[in-house]
Formats: sequence, C-alpha cells, structure tokens
Amino acid sequence: MTLLELLGYFNYWVFAIVLSVGLYTVIAKVNLVKKLIGLSLFQSAVFLMYITMDKVEGGTAPIFQQGVENPVFSNPLPQVLILTAIVVGVSTLALGLAIVVRIRECYGTIEEHEILDAD
Amino acid sequence: MDLTPHLPALQVVAPLLAAPLVVLLKPRGLAWAGASAVAGLAFCIALAMARAVSAGAVLRYDMGGWSAPYGIELAVGPFSALLLLIITGAGLVAIIAARTSVNRQIDAARQPLFYSAWLLALAGLAGIAVAADAFNIFVFMEISSLASYVLIAGGPDRRALPAVFKYLIMGTLGATFYLIGVGMIYMMTGTLNLADMEARIGEVAHTNPVLVAAGFITIGLALKAAVFPLHVWLPNAYTHAPHMVTVFLAACGTKVAVYVLIRFDFFVFQANLPGHELQSTFFLLPLAVLGILVASAVAMFEGHLKRRLATSSVAQIGYIILGASFATEAGLLASGTHLFNHALAKGGLFLAVACLACHYRDLRIDQLAGAARSMPFTSAAFVVCGLSLIGVPGTAGFISKWLLISAALEQGDFAWVLVAIVLVSSLMAVVYIWRVVETLYFRPAVAQPSSPGEAPLSLLLVTWLVALANIGFGLAPQFPLTLSSAAAQLLLGHTL
Repeated sequence: MTLLELLGYFNYWVFAIVLSVGLYTVIAKVNLVKKLIGLSLFQSAVFLMYITMDKVEGGTAPIFQQGVENPVFSNPLPQVLILTAIVVGVSTLALGLAIVVRIRECYGTIEEHEILDAD
Repeated sequence: MDLTPHLPALQVVAPLLAAPLVVLLKPRGLAWAGASAVAGLAFCIALAMARAVSAGAVLRYDMGGWSAPYGIELAVGPFSALLLLIITGAGLVAIIAARTSVNRQIDAARQPLFYSAWLLALAGLAGIAVAADAFNIFVFMEISSLASYVLIAGGPDRRALPAVFKYLIMGTLGATFYLIGVGMIYMMTGTLNLADMEARIGEVAHTNPVLVAAGFITIGLALKAAVFPLHVWLPNAYTHAPHMVTVFLAACGTKVAVYVLIRFDFFVFQANLPGHELQSTFFLLPLAVLGILVASAVAMFEGHLKRRLATSSVAQIGYIILGASFATEAGLLASGTHLFNHALAKGGLFLAVACLACHYRDLRIDQLAGAARSMPFTSAAFVVCGLSLIGVPGTAGFISKWLLISAALEQGDFAWVLVAIVLVSSLMAVVYIWRVVETLYFRPAVAQPSSPGEAPLSLLLVTWLVALANIGFGLAPQFPLTLSSAAAQLLLGHTL
C-alpha cells in the first residue's frame, strides 16, 4: 500500500485516533467530568465514521432538481442514523453530568479515588 | 377491529406512550396504578404473541407500511417471544410488588417520574426483542439503558451513584462498540435488516471488515450482558439499586444483551463467515467457564446478601453463554430454558430480599441472623427460589441444568470437563445459598428488626407466586421448553 493510499483513508485514521484518545481518557482519568469528556470524544469518532462512509465522490444532497441529468447522490441513510446516535449521545452525556452533580452533592468530590475512599 | 397483526408494534408503543402520561399522575398511588396497568397490558400482549408463535408462526410487522428491507421491520419469533415473556413478566411482577417498597425508598413527589422511567425501561427492553434491524436494536438498547441508569440511581443509597456512573460509562462503551460493528457491516453490505444482512454478507468479497465488525459487536454486547470479565459494573449497580429495581433488572436486564449476541452469532454470522462457529466457541466458551467458576467462588465469600446474589448472576450468565457456545440444538435449548428459569429463580430471590429489607435496614448476611423466626414465609420463599437457583430436582433450575449437562455430554472429548465444571459450580451455589439459609434459620439473632412480623402482604404474595412458579415450571416445563426448542431449531436450521 503506497503512502497516498494510506493518506486516502484520512478520515478513517482520524476516526481511529479520536476513538483511541476517547477510550484512553475514559480509562485513565480519575476526574468524572474528564471521563465524560472522553466518552463524548469516543462517541464523536463513531459519528465521523458513519458520515465518512456515506460520502460519494461528487455526490450532493439526495434531492431531485430540474435540469440536472444523472445526478450523483451521497447516501442519506447513515446521516439519518447518526442524527439518532447524536441524540442518544447527548442524552447519555446529560444524564452522566446529572449523576456527577448528584455525586458532588453527596460526596463533596468528583475524583474517583476520593469517592471510593469515602465509602 | 382486529389488533392481532399489530401486537409486535403495540408491545413497544403501549409502554412508550404511557411513560410520559404517567408523569402527570400526581395523586398518591395513581402513578403506580397506571404503570401497573400498562405493564399488565404489555404482559398480555407478550402472552398472546407467545401463543401465536408457539404454533409455529413468525409475526412480522412493517412499520408505517414500508416493507423490509427498506422499511423498519419488527419480527417476533419463538426466541423473542420467550424473551418478551421474561421482560414483561419481570416488569409486571416487580411493579405489582413494588408499591410498599417504593413508598419507603423514593419520595412521593418523585414517584411518577420513577414509574415513568420504569415504563421506558420496559419499552426499551421489549423493543430490543421485537426489532428486526440492527440499528433499532441499538436505539432501544440505549432507551432501556438510560432508563435503567435513572432507576438504579433513584434510590436513597448514595453508593448507587458511583455504581451507576460506572454502569453508564461501561454501558455506553458497549453500545458504541456495537454501533461501530453495525456501521462496518452496513459499509460492506448496505443493509441494516438482520435477515437481509444474513443474505448479503455471503456475497461480500473482503470479509476482514465483517470479521472486525463481529469482534466489535461481540465485545460491545458482552459488556452490556456482563459476561465475565466485562461484568465489573454489575455487582455494585444491583446491590445499591432500589430493591424492586434490582428484581426487575436482575430478571431481564442483561439477558436482553445475551439475546442480541446469540441472534447476531447464529442469525447473521454463522453460515457466512468462514470458521465463525469455531471462533465464537473458542472465544465464548472459556469466558463462560471462567465466569461460572470465578463468579460462583466470589459469591461464596460475599458478605452482603444483594451483592452475593448479583455476583451469582454473572455465573448464571456464564451458563447461558456456555450453552450457546456449543452451537448445537441441545446447547441452545439449554440456553433458552436457562434464560427463563434463571429469571424466575433470581427474580424470586431478589423479591425475598425486598421482603427482608422491609424490616432489616442492613442487608449484610450476618446481620440477618435469625430472621426466619419473625419472617417465616419470606425465608421459606427464599429457600424455594434458592433451591431452584442451585438446580434441585422438582424446581425450574433443575430442568435447565439437566439440559445443559446433556448438551455438554455431546461435546466429545472434553464433555466430562464441562460436566464437572457445571457440577462443581452447582456445589458452590449450594454453599453460597445454604449459608444464607443457615443464617436465616439457625443463627441467634444479631440485629433487631425495625418491627416484628412479616413483610407487607402484597409483596409477600407476589414473592410466593414467583416461588410457586419455580416449582410449577420445574414439574411442568412444557411451555418454556416448547418456545426454546422452537427457538433453537430456528437459530440453527433456518435458511433463507
């Protein structure tokens, strides 16, 4: 595989890197808010993967227009799917932050090890 | 108007639509009554579908009239019907028994929200079982997960909060892994409908992305299903959740993910990926065996009653995975039956725990000494369900252990090892259940119950109903057996 071919998968490289950075953040950080930031990154990477795969070179939005012969359309389905997944991600993040707020109220800290020590 | 063809959709739509309405039922007790009525309706729908399906039909429903594979399809076969019975049954039984326990544990003002989350969890779990396409399974999985995070964190125990945070992180990681896998399969096949996917994967020239997708899907679902060693979120989440939520989720929460895992393995990948059968066996079988042995051993030394039972759930998930990993009809039959029987046994045990919790604040086992004297009926129900969990003849648990051992005996050279593992872990179950029973019956009391006497009647009646069901399905197991053997045949033998 030549360098150009490797670079051709630029979006997928970004997907893999962002995914790993997110997963690392979730595992390595002890601060609960930072963990959620990592989780959010991790999910965003997947959004990028879906958006990338629907791209057709020279493709436009799938709307029929007058005077355009043989139009090339990008696949709209992954975009719709990922719109749903983004909503799921936002709700998860909101719920996670709400839990962190409750943890702060009950424990007075959002550092994981201090919470473990408290019980 | 005949509603029968619409049952698969109503199964999800009824609780989903009722959930926001229940929030409006502010007067005391009304939210509970409303939610119970809807859960009852959902159970009736599941029962009607199970009857229709056991006659051999697969119910299919095209949402909005758009036919599959372009539209969203719902499909209820024998396997999903069995699962729906478990989900709606657990949801109904737990919510009927829940009233007194929830009144103690959750502020009156927040109860409508609590019951609303309960219905959302029910709708999400049922949705996973009826959905016939991979992406809807993801959406319903997240609906049910988000609702169960709320339910678990809803109690008065502050330790539930870090536990639910961990569950949220691991659950979301699992769901996102699943989403990556589904995306990769969509990339290669251009479809999301499971049946269509099965037909098209065979045509894919480069199977590497599909293999990677299978890996992502397996790991993601194993996280959700608490397959050892991805189970670390489960014991704390179940231990500190409100007691009735534990009953509901322990009976069906993780099983749904196991169901999706089995469905993907056998429906989509099995015939289409070279060597998939061996790969899944060599991946899942060791995890199942380790889970059975390690979790049973850990359960023997857990001092907290709820955590001990929660840890035992990890071992029981191991049995279900073990049966499925044989990839034989007998193994799948054992898996399906154990899904049902474990829900009965563990649901009953956690109901008995909820009864004990009415009078004992501290549920560490040594604090419960002598409880059988003031709560004889609760303790007896605990014994019956415990025997079923161990697998004593005459109880439901015996049927599935028997089937599992018969399936293991077909496994050639290693058969005796597998049988030995099942037997040893059953002995460990004897130890961890019997030490509780011994403490309840034969130890001098340590802590005084907050008030002498039995648990509230409604709770006790439901507990005994489940305990009797454990005996009933042990003596007359035809109904779950019919469904799971139809499911096993469908999973292994179907061709398109």
